[in-house]
Amino acid sequence: MRKLFYLLPLLAFMALVGWFALALRPSYNPQILPSAMINKPAPSFDLAPLNGGGNLSLAGLKGQVALVNFFASWCVPCREEHPILMHLVEQEHVPLYGIDYKDRPEDARRILAQLGDPYRLVGMDPDGVTGLDFGVYGVPETYVIDKTGTIRKRFVGPLTAEALRNELLPLLKLLNAP
Amino acid sequence: MIVEAGHFALILALFVAIAQSVLPLVGAARRNVGWMAVGRSAALTQFALIATAMAALMYAYITSDFTVLNVVQNSHTDKPLLYQITGVWGNHEGSMILWVFMLSLCGALVALFCDNLPAELRARVLAVQGMVGVGFLLFILLTSDPFIRVFPPPPNGEGLNPVLQDPGLAFHPPFLYLGYVGFSVSFAFAVAALIEGRVDPAWARWVRPWALFSWCALTIGIAMGSWWAYYTLGWGGWWYWDPVENASFMPWLVGTALIHSSIVVEKRDTLKSWTVLLAILAFALSLVGTFLVRSGVLTSVHAFASDPRRGVFILLLLIVVIGGSLMLYAIRAPNLKGGGLFAPISREGALVLNNVLLVCGCATVFLGTLYPLFLDAIGGPKLSVGFPFFNRTFVPMMVPLLLAVGAGPLLAWKRGDLAGALQRLWAAFAVALVVIAGCLVVTQGTHVLSLLGIALAVWVFAGAAVEWAERVRLFRGAFADSLTRALHLPRAAYGMTLAHMGVAVTVAGIAASSFAVENIQLVKIGGDIPIAGYTLHLARIEKVPGENFTADQAIIEVRRDGVQIGAMYPERRFFPLQQQTTAETAIRTNFLADLYVALGDPDHGAWTVRAYYKPLVPWIWIGAVIMAFGGMVSLSDRRWRVGVATGARGRMLAQAASGD
Repeated sequence: MRKLFYLLPLLAFMALVGWFALALRPSYNPQILPSAMINKPAPSFDLAPLNGGGNLSLAGLKGQVALVNFFASWCVPCREEHPILMHLVEQEHVPLYGIDYKDRPEDARRILAQLGDPYRLVGMDPDGVTGLDFGVYGVPETYVIDKTGTIRKRFVGPLTAEALRNELLPLLKLLNAP
Repeated sequence: MIVEAGHFALILALFVAIAQSVLPLVGAARRNVGWMAVGRSAALTQFALIATAMAALMYAYITSDFTVLNVVQNSHTDKPLLYQITGVWGNHEGSMILWVFMLSLCGALVALFCDNLPAELRARVLAVQGMVGVGFLLFILLTSDPFIRVFPPPPNGEGLNPVLQDPGLAFHPPFLYLGYVGFSVSFAFAVAALIEGRVDPAWARWVRPWALFSWCALTIGIAMGSWWAYYTLGWGGWWYWDPVENASFMPWLVGTALIHSSIVVEKRDTLKSWTVLLAILAFALSLVGTFLVRSGVLTSVHAFASDPRRGVFILLLLIVVIGGSLMLYAIRAPNLKGGGLFAPISREGALVLNNVLLVCGCATVFLGTLYPLFLDAIGGPKLSVGFPFFNRTFVPMMVPLLLAVGAGPLLAWKRGDLAGALQRLWAAFAVALVVIAGCLVVTQGTHVLSLLGIALAVWVFAGAAVEWAERVRLFRGAFADSLTRALHLPRAAYGMTLAHMGVAVTVAGIAASSFAVENIQLVKIGGDIPIAGYTLHLARIEKVPGENFTADQAIIEVRRDGVQIGAMYPERRFFPLQQQTTAETAIRTNFLADLYVALGDPDHGAWTVRAYYKPLVPWIWIGAVIMAFGGMVSLSDRRWRVGVATGARGRMLAQAASGD
């Protein structure tokens, strides 16, 4: 019995190893999330703006291929993603809309003032209801919504230059083609 | 050519490490003196070889040799020399080289300076060090080789992340790694002791300086990282419970427990298997920490899996090193005979309490860091754990710990007298009460939890002071007598007093952080921002060229009662190569409080200026430096240098050791 006690650290470690092995299995990729929303109409939303102007609503997005980016001032990967968003807007002229997820407006304003504001319009989702409708797991997440208001693609986690080049821009080109 | 020499040296180091891990071990088992002696020369050779490899890589960086892929990815000719050098460890491959360099350095130090160690123990310790080295060298050579060439060479490199181009962050990894790797020595001692099946006070005496040394380096490393976050990120925060921070904090917590429990082994010959376990865990957490951070599993599981070869190798290495040692522990530890008994209220009891709380604290941090990822891997919901979790679990656990820190050192070994100790601490109580009463008056009953923190800090500080006063019998007799006692007090005692006072200083700094005030405003040139009795006057903004960036520098005059008392120069730096902007904050400190200013974005001729006034915040890092200094003082204690086994007695012990 006493000997078993000394086995505990080993057993705990083996459990940990089991988890690591699980995380390493080839089929497991946390970036690919159940995408029940793909090719479905985007959930409707109507959010108060962060910086004045009109509300950010799904109806207002229709007629263009738009990107909707969930972000928050408290989110570190969002900062990582930020230069990419700036690039998207400045170089590629993509209509980008922000949803400030579970955040305090003054904090969001502060971070956008500090880093630069890439968004055409930012809607506030203080209690994360819209995020819940979209199925947001965590910020940042970016959705491509086409002219009819259908979700065409979802990016979980910070957008990378690679994802931009290989996935996002080709898709936008395709969707924008008449 | 030089790069190939470095590569070759690294490969050679692997073979030397293999020899170092096998021959001395076999030699120790067979009592073959010649084979045991291999350990020493192999450790020194390995150090020389890895130093060569490290120098070669550094050379490639300094000369901007863009035929080396690693240099291309992480350097640029426009980069300042300092960051070309520190860029060596600013990336995965290079940091692994730094890791094995530190490891071989520790091995060489054991080989050189542990003359008083019994030959078998030294051979086994060096062999275990060699094994760890084999694992790491294989990992580098098979999956993370920094010496890979690229052809045709690009005209220039891709540069280093601007955020990393900072003195604080440049020297943060070496200290952290020295701490991590230093624990490999206590780990090696633990495994060697398990192989021999003997843990005694002499063993603790050999282990403790290494644990102390690593602990000091880790303390400095963590403090540097936190200080960097404070002055760079521009929010005035200094600890984020970020997985990366937690990864370095966990070995620190267990290391702190280890340096305390090894005292019990040394003085009282008990708590042996526990101390051995702590030595294994401290290194295991260092390994898990380094790897999880480096492989990115903590920040995003995806990065870990993106190079499955690397991930699988890491896993195998962890299984061999940690699993192997824990297996050995499960087999051998039950046979370690406990020594002296002690009552719950005693110095040992207080140290056990310290250990339990520190380890539970570590377990909490571990859970908070890994649980979300664990849940994710089994397909559960994604969640993130942040401040609220740690504030509710970890922080309350530290309260009894701090109470014990104040009283523990006054308890006697074996059976202490808590009432007596508390009686002697009346002065500490009184001081804490007076300070709290004062604070209550000033703050008018707000911030009760912060006041509790400050009270604890005062308690710990006064407790350490009282303990010292008791030792030198201050005010109990002639002053000259006290002075003589003070001069003859062992350095280890001073080390403890200093380290505990350092804890108090840090705790006070942390507790006072809720008294900070902030004022964030959009101001035009010539505008004023009032904060905490100061007025910050934005005089002008200038364009300042840097070596590889251009900066907007604000010249802010600091005024108090209308009189200018200084100027602050926060900057926004733009790095054209990476198209990235970083904020350079300006901090004005009088060591009691910081005035902290960061410059934000321009907006139609006005600038966002974030000003903070943070009382006692510098104390957080000052306390950490005092703690580390206390550790160093303790490390300089005579008894480590004298050792337990020198001269005739040492030979006798060595004979006894080889005779059983």
